Amino acid sequence: MSVLKAERIKLFSTRSPWWCAGIAVVATLGFTALFFSLSGGEIVPTVANTQIASAQGRTVVLVLAVLAAASEFNWGTMRMTFQAVPSRTPALLAKGAVVGTLSAAIGLIVGVGCWGLATLIKPDADLALHTAADWRIVFGQVLTFLLTGLLGVGLGLLLRGVGLTLGIALVWTQLVEGLVLFIPTVGDDIHQWMPFYAASQFAGADLGAGPLKLGAPPLGPIGYGVYFAIICLGFFAAGVVINLRRDS
Amino acid sequence: MIEAIGLTKAYGDTVAVDDLSFTAEPGRVTGFLGPNGAGKSTTMRMILGLDTPSAGTVRIEGKAYRRLPDPLRTVGAMLDATWRHPGRTAREHLRWIAATNDLPDKRVDEVLELVGLTSVAKKRAGGFSLGMLQRLGIANALLGDPRVLLFDEPVNGLDPEGMAWIRRLLESLAADGRTVFVSSHLLPEMAQTAQDLVVIGRGKLIYQGTMDEFVARAAGDGVKVRSPHLAALRIALTERGIGFEESGGALVVSGMDSDALGELAFAAGATLHELSPQTGSLEQAYMELTSEAVEFQAGAVR
Repeated sequence: MSVLKAERIKLFSTRSPWWCAGIAVVATLGFTALFFSLSGGEIVPTVANTQIASAQGRTVVLVLAVLAAASEFNWGTMRMTFQAVPSRTPALLAKGAVVGTLSAAIGLIVGVGCWGLATLIKPDADLALHTAADWRIVFGQVLTFLLTGLLGVGLGLLLRGVGLTLGIALVWTQLVEGLVLFIPTVGDDIHQWMPFYAASQFAGADLGAGPLKLGAPPLGPIGYGVYFAIICLGFFAAGVVINLRRDS
Repeated sequence: MIEAIGLTKAYGDTVAVDDLSFTAEPGRVTGFLGPNGAGKSTTMRMILGLDTPSAGTVRIEGKAYRRLPDPLRTVGAMLDATWRHPGRTAREHLRWIAATNDLPDKRVDEVLELVGLTSVAKKRAGGFSLGMLQRLGIANALLGDPRVLLFDEPVNGLDPEGMAWIRRLLESLAADGRTVFVSSHLLPEMAQTAQDLVVIGRGKLIYQGTMDEFVARAAGDGVKVRSPHLAALRIALTERGIGFEESGGALVVSGMDSDALGELAFAAGATLHELSPQTGSLEQAYMELTSEAVEFQAGAVR
């Protein structure tokens, strides 16, 4: 418990998590409001489309988590942590738990908030949660955001530098995932195995079948959720394990 | 008590610390001296379990660092005063560290008071001067009221007042019976504080022993004396068969400490204008001791 308390104090005693959390919520709710109030027929008011901005929210949470982990190496506080908790594992798991919990909370606010806002803006559309899939799409943001937080912590622990890690995270989410579509022949197929595409398949707007005219995805939504979880947990585990042995 | 046994750290072909063995005793300030790049910081990181030794072990109060339960209650350290998140306040910085080892927040306020940072406890540490950061680092080291304390170059970049404060603090910590292990690349600063000395160069042990022995060895036993009555003094010294050398209107007396020499001069009726043990050669001796072990030799100035 002591390590959890320490990581909690660490996370909430700097400004960046507050800023990131605020941006994640305001930006996603704002985009959703704009989409649903200004779009005519382009965006059909479905439960899935209420989560159209969730991908941007995940990117901001990724930044939050990367900063929380990588900045500790920049400022020497990771060494102090290892000095205080020489077995290291409890402290690193606690960081994952605390950042993951905050990310999950942001995911809950984003998922439910965007859906709620859309129902307010389009009272005539049937946006009620009828099916298990509807529930998964809205409340699944808790999971996709939690996993994104763990991915960010894992990347920060692996790469140990704010600039490098943020650069890679942003280039990946903002450029690579979209640009692979332009690779001739195989681009579409590769795109359907990109991690954040997978997260959106589990809980998000399905743009692939619509505007992007992609073929049928190779996995179902649950399969994509598991795929995304394996990637995120894999990076987190690698980040923890590599720090157990490495000199700091 | 800190015991290092055959401590070795190699990075590929470069051996940073080479078969280093020493002890630091409780109740004493042990100076850890060596030129820049001698391996002092690497050694300290190994003591604290941050770096894994390539060979050898180090024990603190009889245990490996990684086996200490709540290590901050046994060992406090300041390796680098700049280690803090600049956006976090001094108090929050210490609070998270205290939390890792279940130390109460009350202790945080105590150590802030102890180092004189209470008034800036709620200020972000990013705006702290180096002197304030040193105090914050020392507050961090004292959090767990530890028996063993390590400081890496604690007075680097401090003004004379800050240096004096740290010196008094180190002395009082040792007087409480704690083990105090302090690194420095400057001997004079250590000579005033440390009772024991561990000197390394290029990762190897050069000297371990008391400061007094080191000073005696370094200074020979010369005492410089200036007097308007040198003739009387020469006679008194010669009568007792004590060796001395003439040195620019003064005598450098060997084989007699300054107390005895002063008494002798009084008995001989010689007024003294100066009576000084030759500690000026202390730095010289240290330089000679470590010169072969300095990593980066400056070329001769042309």
